[in-house]
Amino acid sequence: MTNSYREDFPILLRDDTIYFDNAATSQRPRQVTEAMRRFDETCNANPMRGLYRWSIEATEQYEQARSDAAELIGAADSREIVFTRNTTESINLAAYSYGLNFLKEGDEIVVSVMEHHSNLLPWQMVSRQTGARLVFLEPEADGTLTEQELLSKITPRTRLVAIGHVSNVLGVTNPVKRIAEIAHQNGALVLVDGAQSTPHMPVNVQELGADFYAFSGHKMLGPMGIGALYARKELLEEMPPFLSGGEMIEYVSRESATYAEIPHKFEAGTVNASGAAGLSAAIHYLKNVGFYTIRETEERLTARLMKGLQELPYITIYGSQDSKKHCGIVTFNIEGCHPHDVASVLDSEQVAIRAGHHCAQPLMKFLGVGSTARASLYFYNTEEEVDRFLDKISKVRGWLGY
Amino acid sequence: MELKTLYREIVNEHNLHPEHKHDLENPTMVLEGVNPSCGDDINLQLRIRDGVIEDAAFNGSGCAISQASADMMIDLILGKSEEEALRLAQIFMGMIQGTATEEEIEELDEAAALQDIAHMPARVKCAVLGWRTMREMVEKLEGE
Repeated sequence: MTNSYREDFPILLRDDTIYFDNAATSQRPRQVTEAMRRFDETCNANPMRGLYRWSIEATEQYEQARSDAAELIGAADSREIVFTRNTTESINLAAYSYGLNFLKEGDEIVVSVMEHHSNLLPWQMVSRQTGARLVFLEPEADGTLTEQELLSKITPRTRLVAIGHVSNVLGVTNPVKRIAEIAHQNGALVLVDGAQSTPHMPVNVQELGADFYAFSGHKMLGPMGIGALYARKELLEEMPPFLSGGEMIEYVSRESATYAEIPHKFEAGTVNASGAAGLSAAIHYLKNVGFYTIRETEERLTARLMKGLQELPYITIYGSQDSKKHCGIVTFNIEGCHPHDVASVLDSEQVAIRAGHHCAQPLMKFLGVGSTARASLYFYNTEEEVDRFLDKISKVRGWLGY
Repeated sequence: MELKTLYREIVNEHNLHPEHKHDLENPTMVLEGVNPSCGDDINLQLRIRDGVIEDAAFNGSGCAISQASADMMIDLILGKSEEEALRLAQIFMGMIQGTATEEEIEELDEAAALQDIAHMPARVKCAVLGWRTMREMVEKLEGE
């Protein structure tokens, strides 16, 4: 079956490369690169400060991107969107600005064992500096977080729960809405790492109950170097700036400054306006495809991929054996073969997958493995690619001497 | 050499049937070498008497390149003086960095097959793990 979206992705038309590393970064359609080029060629100027036409247009495009991002994730107000470089920076912003200033000894920060290092190390830092204690949610073998586990770890001592929406290794979708309910009942806030969910499913931060929500542009067809942190307006207003300097002030004297209104007080320095223009175009593209189509395509391809892998007795698939619970992410190992060797020989066959610890070493330890191989799909992948991939996977053990 | 050929002709044999992957009796030096980012792990054991590597072995786990490279290294350094082992390590590192001459690379015998790893930045540290560990051990000895 052909996939007409591929026509929009020049890199996919270059050769026969099977790109199955979409959870690391997605490819960019022409519409995105053209939007960035259009910005560069028609209104490149420093946004926010200019009193001339180009700068005003640059500002308009940048702010349009903010509205688009707000609408995409269901924020009540576009001022609740702070642009950052990526999810990692978004979570760091929350950790440095909220965590260090509002958490204290005796408080507890709840994270899960599945977190990407981006949603673990900032909280380790907050814990070290404030004395707040890190508490870990332990999943079941298939990655599920049970109600009992949530109720036993999220308590009145909890001040913040930092949780990945979708695990970048297991592909499991965490019960974020239920986590937020329990957290809020206990007076805690919830930060959701949306890096792996935003590209694949409709998100509404208000319905989810997320107080903070972080995501990256480059995993959802956008350019690298633009991401966002959503936070409820009251929180952003209370939080001190993360970085300080240009473009985030109201008035500066020799000794002090008053800060600009939200969200600008969190966007020090010249911003990534062409990246924001690219992100806008990416959001429009995703909306045109529609999350229903994205989900349907991914589920169909994942089912085919997992069925093929499950037929090979020497392959272990991590997480749920139900392909509907993978969000396009299939992490596996081939018995006797180190994932790095697997990825290298597949590379020589023009297959791009990820191998290693996937920036989730505590989860690797939980799974009892040093590293794993990961194939991650997106809506522009095809059944033909899945079949070709499975054919090559079936030869890997032979190539590695078995 | 094409990568799959490299595995088939050299790496697989040394990875799946290594000659030197075992514990040594009476080693005079033992050192653990690790690549934290990929989990390659080598426990290198040397028996050095009068400046000569009398015996060598390793244990460990990791990718085929790291394990095979360590096995091939031991083939090369057995019976060699400390200075000679360091010189071979220098050549191996030079080969990976693309600075060693053809004549030098020939001295590396089978290990010379790994020269194309230079084009695979992600695998370089796997190939040099054993050599790096050995160099650290011998240099420490010479520093004493």
